[in-house]
Amino acid sequence: MNWINESCVTVDMFQLLNEGGKLVGEKPDIPDDKLLQLYKQMIFSRVFDERALKLQRQGRIGTYAPFTGQEAAQVGSAAALDKGDWVFPSYREVAVSLVRGVPASQSLLYTMGHHSGSGDPDAHMFPVQIIIASQTLHAVGSAWASKYKKEKQVSVAYLGDGATSEGDFHEALNFAGVNSLPVIFFVQNNQWAISVPLSSQTASKSIAQKGIAYGLTSIQVDGNDVLAVYETMKKAVQLAKEGKPILIEAVTYRQGPHTTADDPTKYRTKEELSAWKQKDPLLRMKHYLIHNHLWNETQEEEETAIAEQKMTEAYQTAIQTPRSGLDDIFQNVYHKKTSNLEEQQNSSKRGEVSV
Amino acid sequence: MTVMNMVQAINAALKSEMLQDDRVICLGEDVGRNGGVFRVTDGLMDIFGAERVVDTPLAESAIIGAAVGMAARGLRPVAEIQFLGFIYEAMDQMASQAARLRFKSGGKFSAPMVVRAPYGGGVRTPELHSDSLEALFLHTPGLKVVMPSTPYDAKGLLTSAIRDEDPVLFLEPMKLYRAFSEDVPEEDYEVEIGKAKVIQDGNDLTIISWGQSIHTVQKAVKEWEEQKNLSIEIIDLRTIAPLDLDTIIQSAKKTGRVMIVHEAVKSGGVGAELAALISEKAMFYMFAPILRIAGFDTPYPFPMVEDEWLPNVERINKAIEEMLSYS
Ligand SMILES: Cc1ncc(C[n+]2csc(CCOP(=O)(O)OP(=O)(O)O)c2C)c(N)n1
Ligand SMILES: [Mg+2]
Repeated sequence: MNWINESCVTVDMFQLLNEGGKLVGEKPDIPDDKLLQLYKQMIFSRVFDERALKLQRQGRIGTYAPFTGQEAAQVGSAAALDKGDWVFPSYREVAVSLVRGVPASQSLLYTMGHHSGSGDPDAHMFPVQIIIASQTLHAVGSAWASKYKKEKQVSVAYLGDGATSEGDFHEALNFAGVNSLPVIFFVQNNQWAISVPLSSQTASKSIAQKGIAYGLTSIQVDGNDVLAVYETMKKAVQLAKEGKPILIEAVTYRQGPHTTADDPTKYRTKEELSAWKQKDPLLRMKHYLIHNHLWNETQEEEETAIAEQKMTEAYQTAIQTPRSGLDDIFQNVYHKKTSNLEEQQNSSKRGEVSV
Repeated sequence: MTVMNMVQAINAALKSEMLQDDRVICLGEDVGRNGGVFRVTDGLMDIFGAERVVDTPLAESAIIGAAVGMAARGLRPVAEIQFLGFIYEAMDQMASQAARLRFKSGGKFSAPMVVRAPYGGGVRTPELHSDSLEALFLHTPGLKVVMPSTPYDAKGLLTSAIRDEDPVLFLEPMKLYRAFSEDVPEEDYEVEIGKAKVIQDGNDLTIISWGQSIHTVQKAVKEWEEQKNLSIEIIDLRTIAPLDLDTIIQSAKKTGRVMIVHEAVKSGGVGAELAALISEKAMFYMFAPILRIAGFDTPYPFPMVEDEWLPNVERINKAIEEMLSYS
């Protein structure tokens, strides 16, 4: 009898930069200006996240899901995509959206509860997905459409470790495998799904190996190593375009609370947090750049100031945008407003009871 | 008696049932160590251990489906869906499995279980965290649906729900979790499922509501009564399925004017069912059309607009005025 179990699988995490920012793999073929661009995008992402947290505490924006600690995973993967590729995000992918050119003000408007805040067809970004793992299926459908239309672009679903427990995730992988679709499932394994640790989420020793069961090509990558993530995603895009659906597990950590409504001290230790802060994605890349004489502290300060200024402008744009009103909700329920909605809208305008 | 808010009252009911009956177990996302995202199950894991207060993987269909299996095998699971909007993920298990197990087995199997979920608006949540979906489950024979509006009722109704022989969906109005406290007995007690409560007697008009809307109704009525010499009857439905026909029809016949206030969208809502029942059974007692003040027929709106979208005092007052113009 030949039983198959965990011991049949070996998963080696792909890494290029170690925690100290030292190159441990082969030097990737990435031009210097690209390296700097990746780092600057990470700086802006972090500044966005920190500012958003402040704005939330001041009551200026609503519930917010911070991503500090996950910048390398998000920036590195998004930077490897082309303009024409499609992205299906969850609620935590602000850095991805920034890299794809979605204005920072739009993400602020979203958390302010404005009707225009989510999704950007110009950036090929689907709206923010609240329902865990649901977007994986939309990415499958999008990839299917590309294949049908013979268009060479990939569709990427972003999801978390917790999302890999939902049925939708497994159905999406299966559809992708059966139909050889140009789709990439990018899992940010940030160790936690609200208060539930990965060890209570799955009994497998990696998320990457879940792809095997569905005939996918999979990899585990150090998600705090922006170079490794970027290189992995470049290769993934190439494979997906050849009709090989991909599952990527980016191992990372959510340094902040799940959302601004969450208190992580209830379920995890200070020690765990500080251990992961040692592996911070920005620190690592900064060390690498400084070591290679591509960066210094003065540039760091200048770049941070630029990012702060951009955020101030984004917030100004957001608060100067006319507020949503009751009239807005009757639009976009259907392509053409139904007579029922027309009636409800009119009577609400006249301050009447609608009968 | 202890003064409790609704979170404490629900927690107390869970604790007391778990102490008395080791068939009762709680399962759901973040219900254990975190004590639930609203702290409703706080402290239960410390008392009863991880075997009886289970942090499940993130999968709603699995949570409800597993509860069906447990219930059929003699346990009394209390499953939590973190927000009611996520129950769509488990719709097959709710509607096609839990609700029908008794019927499809000719009574040989059943699924005595409780599904708890917070719902309702006014809290500035992200999308799909505020929807009121009770009508879907009124439309699902085999399920009971309970929606308390006070800590006292919450504790008594949850106790009854856990002891019930049928699957019960127990909906917790999020906005009321910590909105107010009241005296709640420390010992366990039941509030009967299927019984509405007349919370204020009146002769000129009946307003039927439930959950957090009840409190909006009370505010509106207070304003009216202070201004005019009017007597308005308020019914807190408390149970959506099965409906308390007697209380509803009796009141309709007495006042001849019925308004229904709910947060869920208007079309196909529970208000529509109530209006139909009243016209079937009390049509000739009516002085005025039966009016529904409800959410507009759109998805639950983004936070910037929700206060205007939800039934509010202003809209209820307008409707009272309109209904009284018929005599
Ligand atoms: C279907 C569904 N169930 C539950 C939730 C509530 N919820 C929001 S985020 C979350 C945890 C998600 O964890 P993970 O997939 O690891 O992503 P992360 O938040 O860590 O980025 C839960 C349970 C939801 N939004 N949708
Ligand atoms: Mg996670």
